[in-house]
Amino acid sequence: MSNYDCRDIQAFSGVMVFCEQREGVMNQTSFELLSEGRKLADDLGVDLWGLLLGSGVEELAKQPGGYGADKVFVVDDPLLEPYTTDAYTKVITEVVKEKRPEILLIGATNLGRDLGPRIAARLHTGLTADATHLDIDTKKYMDFLAEASNLDLTKGKWNMEDKGLKMTRPAFGGHLMATIICPRFRPQMSTVRPGVLACAEFDAAKAETVTVEPLKVPLAESDIRAKVLEVVKETKEIVDLIGAEVIVSVGGGISKDVEGGLKLAEELAEAFGGGVVGASRAVVDAGWLPSDRQVGQTGKTVRPRIYVALGISGAIQHKAGMQDSEYIIAVNSNPDAPIFEAADYAISGDLYKVVPLMIEALKEV
Amino acid sequence: MKYIVCVKQVPDTSGKVAVKEDGTMDRSKMATIINPDDLNAVEAALTLKDKNPEAKVIVVSMGPPPAAKMMHELLAMGADEAVLVSGREFGGSDTFATSQILAGAIAHIGLEQDDIVFCGRQAIDGDTAQVGPQIAEKLDLPQVSYAADIEQEAGKLKVKRILEDGYMVIEAPTPCLITCIKELNQPRYMTVKGILEFDQKPYTVFDFETLKDEPLIELDTIGLKGSPTNVYKSFSPPVKGAGITVEPTAEGIGSMVSTLAAKHII
Ligand SMILES: Cc1cc2nc3c(=O)[nH]c(=O)nc-3n(C[C@H](O)[C@H](O)[C@H](O)COP(=O)(O)OP(=O)(O)OC[C@H]3O[C@@H](n4cnc5c(N)ncnc54)[C@H](O)[C@@H]3O)c2cc1C
Ligand SMILES: Cc1cc2nc3c(=O)[nH]c(=O)nc-3n(C[C@H](O)[C@H](O)[C@H](O)COP(=O)(O)OP(=O)(O)OC[C@H]3O[C@@H](n4cnc5c(N)ncnc54)[C@H](O)[C@@H]3O)c2cc1C
Repeated sequence: MSNYDCRDIQAFSGVMVFCEQREGVMNQTSFELLSEGRKLADDLGVDLWGLLLGSGVEELAKQPGGYGADKVFVVDDPLLEPYTTDAYTKVITEVVKEKRPEILLIGATNLGRDLGPRIAARLHTGLTADATHLDIDTKKYMDFLAEASNLDLTKGKWNMEDKGLKMTRPAFGGHLMATIICPRFRPQMSTVRPGVLACAEFDAAKAETVTVEPLKVPLAESDIRAKVLEVVKETKEIVDLIGAEVIVSVGGGISKDVEGGLKLAEELAEAFGGGVVGASRAVVDAGWLPSDRQVGQTGKTVRPRIYVALGISGAIQHKAGMQDSEYIIAVNSNPDAPIFEAADYAISGDLYKVVPLMIEALKEV
Repeated sequence: MKYIVCVKQVPDTSGKVAVKEDGTMDRSKMATIINPDDLNAVEAALTLKDKNPEAKVIVVSMGPPPAAKMMHELLAMGADEAVLVSGREFGGSDTFATSQILAGAIAHIGLEQDDIVFCGRQAIDGDTAQVGPQIAEKLDLPQVSYAADIEQEAGKLKVKRILEDGYMVIEAPTPCLITCIKELNQPRYMTVKGILEFDQKPYTVFDFETLKDEPLIELDTIGLKGSPTNVYKSFSPPVKGAGITVEPTAEGIGSMVSTLAAKHII
């Protein structure tokens, strides 16, 4: 680990993905990051590494291989369960100093956003927050801009040879997109929003043959200053918004008859062949549905095949969490509601009248 | 005992946001407010002070001089002292640079055994949630982020830290840094007494001269030029092309459903 120098760009190579697991289950975001990391590593012509921390996690070690990792580094230590900022920061910074990846990606989960900034500060490098799109190749980045922005790409100079990581993220509550670069320090780090990047198919054969390299990082009880006394799961009924194919979300528009509105949403989801009911913040704040159902900037980012917005105005913070859905159907009594700007199908009408018609029509196909 | 609270002045992004032609924010057209999470951080400090009246609440903000008005409000809410960190050299800092400067300012104020540093979890403009943990790292403090409940006992804190599917109870020795979320409390209002008396409370400006010799601040990684990250491009998010208008009638909806079925979407 001698001569670690965050400014020595040439000394760094490879893409590393922190594979977050909780209680022995690797989270979906890790798979999304590995899938994306594979593409970045291919564009750079370097290896993709998974980094797995925990206690008794050998069984998970091969999983990252199934999503494209060439190698998985595993640090297994009783002090790594449960997650603590102190232990994870220490171990990950030590591994980075030894392996020197040029890119380090971390899921922007509650824990990832606790950990990422701490690691970046210790490694003395920049960190992009909550990215939703990543590019190496300038041509691919320009293709992305051509689709995602109205920037005039003929203007300005483009360095087509540039191999720096371009990390695009929403800021100002989704009103602005910014592409962040980290040209002078390594690794280039980003936390990445869950549920946004596409996940590859799991390849069992690749998982079987991936190289697993256990690493030892000295860790003592005294390294952990902020200690976890207990972890409490609030498992109401787990509703998997992020994995759902169909989401029917309700908003403040159900205030007239909350129970009736929720029932209609459930029935509509059912009529689509099974879906889950999500909510805007107005509904969560009113206590009509629990906070794990909230879609949006401070809730979940979802990309279902069909997203139905019932009585949701379409505030930018809500759109930030659903605008990438494949098909958006919006029902709102106000023809000027901003939700219609994001909708593929705009139905201006009273949801209590429109939804029963939708349920009827769906029964007929 | 001190409770130091980092507070950021932000443009109000809840209403219409003014975006300039070149894709940057037109801040001059937007109202400024105290970052919402930071009000919870101030309230957390004031709540602890209610139990330990000898403790001092010091609010610290980095930003341009007009932030003074916000500092007056915070003093009127009950903070004892305000420090504005302001200097051209600090402008354009990313989170790495910002946290370095704020850590330097906190070190300049001086951190002692039972002190606590409070931040909001996230500012609604930059939206990164990085400054809190990065200040903790620079000051070598333990951190607890996403705090929804805080109890102070002798030499330590017990904090309820929110997770996506539940919470953790974390015990951290003081001094430490806590980032606060809206679930933590209901911020209080300014009091009449507070409004009448705020200008008798200490209000200090730390400029570049004040902080340039702080060991935590590296002069080559602050400001726009020194920041490790740079904004390479910025742009407005795409607006979807006009969707299809569907009549709210049995026929209109029936034909939408048939189209979806024909496209194998359902
Ligand atoms: C920092 C920050 C973060 C935020 N994060 C989120 C977030 O993650 N998710 C989120 O959703 N919001 C978020 N918000 C809140 C957001 O700004 C809006 O306040 C919220 O989305 C409003 O919810 P709504 O549209 O359901 O309710 P309302 O604004 O009350 O709108 C109700 C809508 O229903 C329509 N309506 C009324 N009656 C009927 C009827 N009978 N039939 C059909 N339509 C009807 C109305 O025309 C109206 O458009 C955030 C805000 C801030 C400041
Ligand atoms: C479009 C855009 C995108 C950006 N993306 C990134 C990025 O990906 N990575 C990056 O490193 N920088 C980024 N920046 C820069 C970043 O916004 C600034 O450094 C900002 O000053 C601090 O970040 P934040 O607003 O996200 O604060 P957060 O980290 O979200 O703030 C958390 C808490 O820290 C405290 N705090 C933050 N700033 C101050 C302050 N000035 N004074 C007192 N307390 C404060 C408050 O308690 C606040 O609640 C970006 C800037 C822009 C304009």
